[in-house]
This record gives sequence, C-alpha cells and structure tokens, in this order.
Amino acid sequence: MQTLMKHLRLTSPRFTPGRSVVAVMLLGPAVGGLLAFGAVAAQEENVVTIDNFTFTAPELTVAVGTTVKWVNHDDIPHTVVEKNKAFRSKALDTDDAYSFTFASAGTFDYFCGLHPHMVGKIIVK
Amino acid sequence: MAKKGLDDQGKGLGRREVLECMVWAGTGVLWTVSAGIPHSVGLIGEAAAAEPTGFTFLQMSDSHIGFDKAANPDALGTLREAVAKVKAMQAKPSFIIHTGDITHLSKPAEFDNADKVFGETGVQVHWVPGEHDIIDEERGKAYLERYGKGSKGAGWYSFDDHGVHFIGLVNVVDLKGGGLGNLGAEQLAWLEADLKGKSNSTPIVVFAHIPLQVIYKEWGWGTEDGTQALNLLKRFGSVTVLNGHIHQLAQKVEGNMTFHTALSTAFPQPAPGTAPSPGPLLVPADQLRTKLGLSTVTVVQGNKPLAIVDKTLAG
Repeated sequence: MQTLMKHLRLTSPRFTPGRSVVAVMLLGPAVGGLLAFGAVAAQEENVVTIDNFTFTAPELTVAVGTTVKWVNHDDIPHTVVEKNKAFRSKALDTDDAYSFTFASAGTFDYFCGLHPHMVGKIIVK
Repeated sequence: MAKKGLDDQGKGLGRREVLECMVWAGTGVLWTVSAGIPHSVGLIGEAAAAEPTGFTFLQMSDSHIGFDKAANPDALGTLREAVAKVKAMQAKPSFIIHTGDITHLSKPAEFDNADKVFGETGVQVHWVPGEHDIIDEERGKAYLERYGKGSKGAGWYSFDDHGVHFIGLVNVVDLKGGGLGNLGAEQLAWLEADLKGKSNSTPIVVFAHIPLQVIYKEWGWGTEDGTQALNLLKRFGSVTVLNGHIHQLAQKVEGNMTFHTALSTAFPQPAPGTAPSPGPLLVPADQLRTKLGLSTVTVVQGNKPLAIVDKTLAG
C-alpha cells in the first residue's frame, strides 16, 4: 500500500485533468482492492472505540467466533450492556477495555448502562 | 451571598455580558415561592436583601470523588473548598441534600474520602445515588450498604422537616438502551402511596440525580418516566425539584413546580449541544472555581419566600 501511495504522490502533480480521469479509471480496481483489504484488516481487530460518548463503529458485522473489544477513550466511565443481557461489562474507566466472544449468530444491540443514549450493534453471521 | 457574581472587578462588563456570565458561572439566580406560587426575584446581588432567616438546607451535587482528569485533577480538593464554605456559613443549614455522583467510580476509598470530608460539616447529609455511585461489581450494593438505611428499593425514601415533605428518588438504575433516566413502576407506585393523605398545601421538595424533566434528550439529560412522577405531584401548591447530573445551573418554573439543577463541586459540563459530548468541560484553571458550587435553600413558613441561592466556590 505504501508503494502505491508513493506512486500516487509522485505522479499526481503531473496529472492534467484529462489524464487524471483515465488514471482514476485505471487505478479504480487497485484502490478498491486496497480498501477491501483495509476493511478486512480492521475487522480482524474488531475494536469498537468509545469517544465523546459514541461507539465507533456504531454497527459492526463479524463472523461467529469473533472476539470484539471495546476501548473507552473518554474521561468518563462507560459500560457495554447488551439489550437482552447477552453480555455486560464492568465500568470501563479511561483506556479500560472489555472483550466478548460471539459464539452464535444473531444481532446484538447494546448500550452504555450509565448513558443509555449511547447505542451500538454487533451483527454476527 | 454570592455578591461577587455581579462584581465586574473593574472590567466594566455590559449587562448582557454579566447575564451571560451568570448563566455560565451560575453565581446565582434567586427565586421565591410565595403562597405556593413561585416567581423569580432577580439575580443575586439585586436581591441580596434576602438573607436567610428561616429553615435552610443546602444542596450539593456531583462531587465525583476519584476524578483526576484534566478538567479537575483534584476533585477532593474542590469538595474540601466547598465544605469550608459550609463550615463558614453564619446560619448553619439544617441538613445537606446531595443529588448524586458522590464518587466517580464507586470505589470504597472514594466513598470513604467523601464521607470524611462531608463529615467535617457537622451537618446531616441526605443522599441519592448518581450513576457513578452504583458501578461497583455488585451494581449499587456498596452505595446501599452505606446510605440505604431506611430506604426502599434502589435507595428511595422520604422524610418531613419543618412541615416540608422531602422525597429522594433514584433514577439511575436499570436504564434502558436508547432511553433516559428511569424511575420504574415499583418506585412510582411507592411515590403514589407516599403522597397519599398529604394535603395539597404541604410544600414538597423532590430530589434525584438526573433531571426529572427532559432538559436535553440527545445527551440523555432527562428521565423517561419523570412525567409520571410529576403528574403525581401536580396537585400540590408548592413543588421544588432539585437535580444534579448536568453540572450546571438550569432553572425553570412551570405552574406550581420549580426545577433547579445544581453546580458540581468537581468539574463543569458544557451547555446542551455546545460540544460534541457532555464530557467534562476543560476551562482555564483560574476559572474552574467560578463553575463549581453549591445551593442554599431557605424555606420560610406561611406566605414568606422559599428561596434558592446558588453560590460558586469563587464567589
């Protein structure tokens, strides 16, 4: 990926409008492939961060058997509580983390037990 | 009291700036309830004549003992400053109502430190839990063991003093995803029974951590079934609702009900919608104490005023 980035950086100043369209068309599949690779890499980590009273990503799709980890970056503690009590974390202070392994398929809606307007979803396929 | 709130320290602030300042720093808005009808009598300083002469009590809130982040690295220190103000009061309040978030993480040492400092006031404290007080492993057991004596359910109770009926409610337990604060059916049924037989002329003071009325839904600042509780209180001639949680002053008068939220003694929070989240508001260190404080409530029997005076640590 770094190589491609260097390549883009080196060549982009020379693009004229007409040529850049062609270049984007040519690069399209390659960039798309890289984006897909990036998405897989992120999913392998399966981390949901808590910043500014928000779960990011708010919705995450994972395979059965995947472990998802929540990390709190706020100055205020939060919890992770599944709507139907499938899982519930302890209070997570700043930089604390909680992990849960999804053994079965389904949709898991969760929220912060302290600030329930904070909601998120894990879809297990 | 809190006259400093209107002191422009020679900077010559305009009226608008002073008013803005008042909103932020919460140096105080005084209001009264005469014959069951609340009305504002203006800003502190203008109404400084209202020196408390009746039965007084104090509201303190959101001490967050254990909080040590940038917004206030020493929450215990600022509580000590607040308590020093209480100790220095000429007319000692009859008691203190603490509207929750005594601690930051419900740790035994945090409760111990809070108890020690509040104990220095020599004044009884009536507590209700905030969501930060029930995050021990057993979700609220630590709080109830310390403060739950004589209470029902998750810690709600009532008592009478000087003819006023005080009700402490708990709206931080069993919260539902996507929702707000929650009282629950059991507590509402208890409240209905508690009020039964009380005459409409009984002054009511109800206190809980999260505002009973919805102040800002997007940040969860309200109570899902708060309206049901307020409906039970509607028939009373004078109802004062004291809350914490939002770490800033908000006051509203609606019919016979007056709503008041208190300043925190630990750290300020942003005004609704003015920041990406309701997290601690970082202010310059020399301004912190203007955004922390406590409230005094004076209740005078008969047709005399019931007044709330907010006082900051700097004021």
